[in-house]
Amino acid sequence: MENYLILNTLNFPILSLLLIIPVVGAIVAMFLRGETLLKYWALAVTLVTTLVSLPLWTNFDKTTAKYQFVELRHWFPALKLDFVIGVDGISVLLVLLTTLVMPLCVLCSWTYIKTRWKEFVIVTLLMETAMLGVFVSLNTVLFYIFWEGMLVPMYLIIAIWGGARKDYASIKFFLYTFTGSIFLLVAIIAMFIKTGTFFIPELMDHSYSFAFQMWVFLACAIGFAIKMPMFPFHTWLPAAHVEAPVAGSVILASILLKMGGYGFLRFCLPMAPAATVYCMPYLLALSLISIVVGGYLALGQSDIKKLIAYSSVGHMGFVTLGIFLLNDAGIKGAMLQMLNHGVTTGALFILIGIIYERTHSRELSDNNKLGMFMPIYVTFLGIFSLSSLAFPGTNSFVGEFLVLFGAFQDFPLVGAISILGAILAAAYMLRMLQKMVWDDSDGHAHHGHDDHGDGESHALFDCNAREFIQLAFLTIFVFWIGLHPTPLLDMMDSSVAHLLHQIDAGSVMPEAVEHGSTHHALLENAGTWIKNLF
Amino acid sequence: MLNTVFMPEMALMLTVMVLFFMTLGKFRTSTVQATSLILAAVTLVVTFASLGTKGSMFYDVYQIDALSQLFKVVIVFGLFLVYFLGTGLNGIQERLHTEYNMFLAISALGLMFLSSSVELLTILLSLEISSYALYVVIPFRRGQGRLHVEAGIKYILFGAASTGLTLYGMSYIFGLAHTTYLNELAEKMPALVATQPLAIIAIVLVMTAFFYKLAMFPMHFWTPDVYQGAANETTSFVATLPKVGAVLLLLRFVAVAGVDVSQVTWVLATIAVLSMTLGNFSALVQTDLKRLLAYSSIAHAGYVMIGILTADEMGMAAAVFYVIGYLLMNLGAFFVIYNISPKGENVTFDDLKGLSRRSPLLALTLLVSVFGMAGIPPTIGFIGKFMIFAGAIHKGFYALVIIAVMNAAVAAFYYLKMVRAAYCAADDDREVISLPFGAKIMGAFFIVAIILIGSLPQSILSAAKAAVLTLL
Repeated sequence: MENYLILNTLNFPILSLLLIIPVVGAIVAMFLRGETLLKYWALAVTLVTTLVSLPLWTNFDKTTAKYQFVELRHWFPALKLDFVIGVDGISVLLVLLTTLVMPLCVLCSWTYIKTRWKEFVIVTLLMETAMLGVFVSLNTVLFYIFWEGMLVPMYLIIAIWGGARKDYASIKFFLYTFTGSIFLLVAIIAMFIKTGTFFIPELMDHSYSFAFQMWVFLACAIGFAIKMPMFPFHTWLPAAHVEAPVAGSVILASILLKMGGYGFLRFCLPMAPAATVYCMPYLLALSLISIVVGGYLALGQSDIKKLIAYSSVGHMGFVTLGIFLLNDAGIKGAMLQMLNHGVTTGALFILIGIIYERTHSRELSDNNKLGMFMPIYVTFLGIFSLSSLAFPGTNSFVGEFLVLFGAFQDFPLVGAISILGAILAAAYMLRMLQKMVWDDSDGHAHHGHDDHGDGESHALFDCNAREFIQLAFLTIFVFWIGLHPTPLLDMMDSSVAHLLHQIDAGSVMPEAVEHGSTHHALLENAGTWIKNLF
Repeated sequence: MLNTVFMPEMALMLTVMVLFFMTLGKFRTSTVQATSLILAAVTLVVTFASLGTKGSMFYDVYQIDALSQLFKVVIVFGLFLVYFLGTGLNGIQERLHTEYNMFLAISALGLMFLSSSVELLTILLSLEISSYALYVVIPFRRGQGRLHVEAGIKYILFGAASTGLTLYGMSYIFGLAHTTYLNELAEKMPALVATQPLAIIAIVLVMTAFFYKLAMFPMHFWTPDVYQGAANETTSFVATLPKVGAVLLLLRFVAVAGVDVSQVTWVLATIAVLSMTLGNFSALVQTDLKRLLAYSSIAHAGYVMIGILTADEMGMAAAVFYVIGYLLMNLGAFFVIYNISPKGENVTFDDLKGLSRRSPLLALTLLVSVFGMAGIPPTIGFIGKFMIFAGAIHKGFYALVIIAVMNAAVAAFYYLKMVRAAYCAADDDREVISLPFGAKIMGAFFIVAIILIGSLPQSILSAAKAAVLTLL
């Protein structure tokens, strides 16, 4: 086991601390009273988690594809289950993204959440542990526990603090993701029965028969595709995004959706390489459909939150596209795109939360001509909208460029179609920007005092310091990644190379299988089955 | 020898005797409760002490082994929790409180006997001791129209019918194998099952009474009505303890039928699938929480059966673990139901509204129990499902697991409905529920136990593994 790992050399157990601090924070929060205290407590806990996570950035060894900062404890000997956590180039940035976004989730809820702060703090902190746990688990069962455990707090966030149709949205979210991930459980158990281990690196090294890989791939892919979300499993996302409170939307967009991509990279690609290569065309096709359909749907929305939600479908389409191009640029681009989406879409949801607190509407037509009243706000809106449509100089440009570069390398046609998605992104984002900042063509642009009798609460004051800090913080990342992405790409380098090596080594097998007569029928069956499916 | 190994039964008999003499006088409910609790606690201690003892008694019809002792601990512990949970016995007519506790103890005693019985007639006898006590107890309910009478009659009729079928099956088994001892049957039956269709029928018929106890298809019809009609504290007993006993006996009979995959396995698999599917789909539309839990228990019986029918160490240990977890989670849910209705009336979704404000502890207990039953980590229910699936995949029953998994997804919906009602539904300003200190402890216990055993299942799982090894 040790040859996959580099044990933690820091003088404190960094990853365990990351998992424990929010839980302890949640337990302490149970005994705290008073809204203000709870708010500051939540902020403090999430900030401490952020600080603790920073050594992951500074001490990360970029030269190795092994898992680092590993901690190993015996947990459940009857099943040879160990508590193993560690990070590599694929997960470390997602861990950092999570710890950086969580304080913003608390900040953006500061006035947005008005009831039940105690419960809110508890579920938000538990959510943080669960999300970090997903990214650091090196054991499939541990992974699954965090993966599923996350559903409960997220469900509660939507169901308690959500909007008008929260019942529908929260149950749809829960059932969709639960159904998807329970197949993942079957795959996890099946792999355990086959190999006798739950340890992820060992599972990657094991070579399975093609038919088995196919089943594992499908079982995992359903779960991850739903989480992504990928067309045709994307319908839960707009509902959940629209109804979730602002923190819920930010968590969903910035972190939860990344888990699908992370799952593909961690499970499907290395564990079922032959099946991955076999299914690649279908998944590329689905990614393209996601990109185009997401873009068109976003174009038609009048609700700002829905618009951003559908744009997420399109953006995540780019991520799966990059992943399943199975080349260096594609995978790196996909990973970078995950981070970018976390930053940009997270910021857009914060922006929507800010405007919703002022006008109590998410309709485009109720929120126009803001440029006159809120100059700082529209500046940020402009920056993040441009970032979202991958304007050169911003973060998304780098990610999307890498994905497109990867696409044109191998499949020019795929690249050509996905360009359409980029154009659509420009169309819907600019439309939104134009309407919100300048437009008053439909005559609704009477804000504050005119529309509503109860004056002050609806007045369109500009961003306050708290909001400014959140947005400015994320803006740094927009330009940093946009102008100088090398450090991030360097961190991914060895792990991505290792992953590609695993796929190459693993996918040599199917040719051998195809020539062998016994497995030929199985392969054919699997192939036709998928063709029928799509 | 007899003294040490038979101590748990003696202690519980003592409990019954003390309660019997108390029925002759007049005592306050609190006195009765305190006495029952103390005696149950003593029995629990004695049963714990007897863990690991071995022996056989009464011409070898009564066997003390790791399996029986583990189940005895679970049964006594369950009885203790049911006594504790029903503090005040709000749903039972006042003059019957002492009798009520006595009959529950008798029923638990029957189940204890059942855990150790390894001979057909002894099994039948123990089963009847446990059932008759429940026949008496189910109609003990204050108010509520005639529902409890209906429940009582249904329980008796189905019980009698299933016992008859079991006896009928036993007659076949005796005719085929010329013995009633399980260990001798275990040598003869596998060959007979492989060749004689009658042997399959006989085994399945013998299991009928335990399908009835476990609320499994096709003997599940009584479940919703009895759950609904009986008092909340009675239901919490009926829903948990007899099921534990039934699982044990099903394990014993499956082991008798042989560990190889045979026709019996397929019959049981069919029953498991029907039970899960029917239970889950019926539960979706229920509005009375007890009826909902009844259908969910039918579904859970299906999951347990998947573990049982694998007939190997992993699957059977999983079934044992699952039923222990089920007992905890179900009692957790009934604890909430009992405390929501101070007068012992039935609880519907409307009564759950605003629960998170009226009593955060009850709401959290409900959330943990219910998500446990849905199989969400890190609860005991997740480990149970995980082990069951692992056992079944180990044996190669992929299709069964996939059906079970899809069922779990369906089930998540109605469990979620309960949580939603408790946490999200519009609050109609009902008064806050103030829990007595004991109930607070109990709620915290359920939450901690369900999550803690879910995160550190090692000890119970190894106990379950050691226990099922005696069967193989």
